[in-house]
Amino acid sequence: MAYAIHVRDLSKFYVVNQQETGTKAAFQSLVHRRKAEVRAVDGISFDIEPGEIVGFLGPNGAGKTTTLKMLSGLLHPTSGELNVLGYVPSKREAVFLRQITLVMGQRNQLVWDIPAGLTFELNQAIYRIPRDSYRSMVTELTELLDLGSLLKRPVRNLSLGERMKCEIAAALLHRPGVVFLDEPTIGLDVTMQQRIRTFIAEYNRRFGATVLLTSHYMADVAALCKRVLVIHHGKLLFDGELSGLLQQFTSHKTIIIQLDNSTANLNDYGEVESCEDGRYTLRVPKAETARVTERLLAELPVIDLLVEDPPIEEVIARVFAQEEK
Amino acid sequence: MKPLAQLYVQQFKTTLAMMFQYRASLLIWTIGQVLEPLVYLIVWSVVANSSGGSIGDYTTADFAAYFIVLMLVNQVTYTWIMYEFEHRVREGILSVALLKPVHPIHSDIADNISSKIITLPIMIAIAIIFSFAFHASVAPPPWAILVFIPVLLLAFLVRFVLEWTLAQAAFWMTRVSAINQSYFVAFLFLSGQIAPLTILPHPVQILSLLLPFRWLINFPVELLLGRLTMIETLIGLGAQCGWLIVSIILLRIVWRAGVKVYTAVGA
Repeated sequence: MAYAIHVRDLSKFYVVNQQETGTKAAFQSLVHRRKAEVRAVDGISFDIEPGEIVGFLGPNGAGKTTTLKMLSGLLHPTSGELNVLGYVPSKREAVFLRQITLVMGQRNQLVWDIPAGLTFELNQAIYRIPRDSYRSMVTELTELLDLGSLLKRPVRNLSLGERMKCEIAAALLHRPGVVFLDEPTIGLDVTMQQRIRTFIAEYNRRFGATVLLTSHYMADVAALCKRVLVIHHGKLLFDGELSGLLQQFTSHKTIIIQLDNSTANLNDYGEVESCEDGRYTLRVPKAETARVTERLLAELPVIDLLVEDPPIEEVIARVFAQEEK
Repeated sequence: MKPLAQLYVQQFKTTLAMMFQYRASLLIWTIGQVLEPLVYLIVWSVVANSSGGSIGDYTTADFAAYFIVLMLVNQVTYTWIMYEFEHRVREGILSVALLKPVHPIHSDIADNISSKIITLPIMIAIAIIFSFAFHASVAPPPWAILVFIPVLLLAFLVRFVLEWTLAQAAFWMTRVSAINQSYFVAFLFLSGQIAPLTILPHPVQILSLLLPFRWLINFPVELLLGRLTMIETLIGLGAQCGWLIVSIILLRIVWRAGVKVYTAVGA
């Protein structure tokens, strides 16, 4: 069993009731309900090696969370093959559950009115963590996440970021070998996002854990994951290195130039995306980048020139936009 | 068994910490637990007085004793799971529990026992005060006191498992308050909570023998009041054991089916 996670042709379809608005429709729905099938996940396949950190990208409703829930045993797949650490997640065997964790950015396991430390101790009992390894883990997590005195304060008195740190720590006390993170940085400020990111990388390094994470923030993915899975409308659009994603989906580069006089017509060189105080942003086909750069330098009073890949956000947005068509 | 014991100890600490956070609501709950039997006690005492000092085989003092013991039995056996489960399912809180390698019922039992341990001394104190105030006296034979303890424990277990099972209606329905309400009404009449079953009409008494409720409240109460023969006690114990087995089987079936539904439609 070489893979930590093995997924083949995984699908999850929901049947949902549909109801038109209005009184008449409300009465009709008493007798007859219109059903519609929603394909949340539609035949995706991938494998993840032990110790890998993989990012799961996709817009809202793409099927990321549904997939994570199937991987952690919270949802029964409609069809397909699923294997995590050699177990079938939907059986929810205790020995399986003891080796995984799922952190949901918007769902909490900490008890609101009592200090997080008490929930930690409850988890120690639930996961049957031996005392020594529990203590050393708490010490380690306290140091890595800078929990300090947070564990002694009632959870309701913690800030969102502090609470998230405690949530993550509570979810990792049993040293799970497979970690599923669903939007772990949602709603957090940049510093806190960074802190959590560094921590995830460190946890992965120290414990050799396999991590699968979804995030809205591209920075999370760019900083943590060499490999990304892009999912849209339940289908896997891309599986590979982040740089490969840029290669595959960007046909253009961005050239930013600063001219010493503020007016020039650059439409001959490429598509002008913005211009402000002599600073122009041009979008040019990738193959022509070198030629256009040469021309710009030769023909215009250029002070500064920068060639960039478009931001990943933009690339992803374009991928999804293409799919819509 | 040891890890489970640790879980119960830890849950006790958690519940204790939570209860001290919710002191006001704890107080209100306790008042509610006291008020309901107190109202019935007063009503029936008045009725008994106006009909010559007794109704059936219950004198005014007997009514007082009945409802004071009932208050304690109800305190030990009541659960709040039926109010809570719907919320857990609807808000997806259950997902967190399903990710844990332990059946969630353990946390609930431990939580229930913990809060009982904390509130029971207060209830006993209130019961003693009431006994003086209403001239209630209880004089059961020694064997009845001895049997009362396992009977009370069984009553707690059956009620817990039964209500935990019923609470799972939330897996299939988005609003379960209708079910809860019907259950509470049936419980109120057929368990002996509203009046001793022996003074109720004959058909109600027969019905109560066939349903579980009587064995959870009326039976332990009458046992401690010394109103039952040994044979009647044995029958009651048998009924409790039978209902325990039935309710555990039901719980397992319903839980398995419920989790399947939950994990099918979105946890």
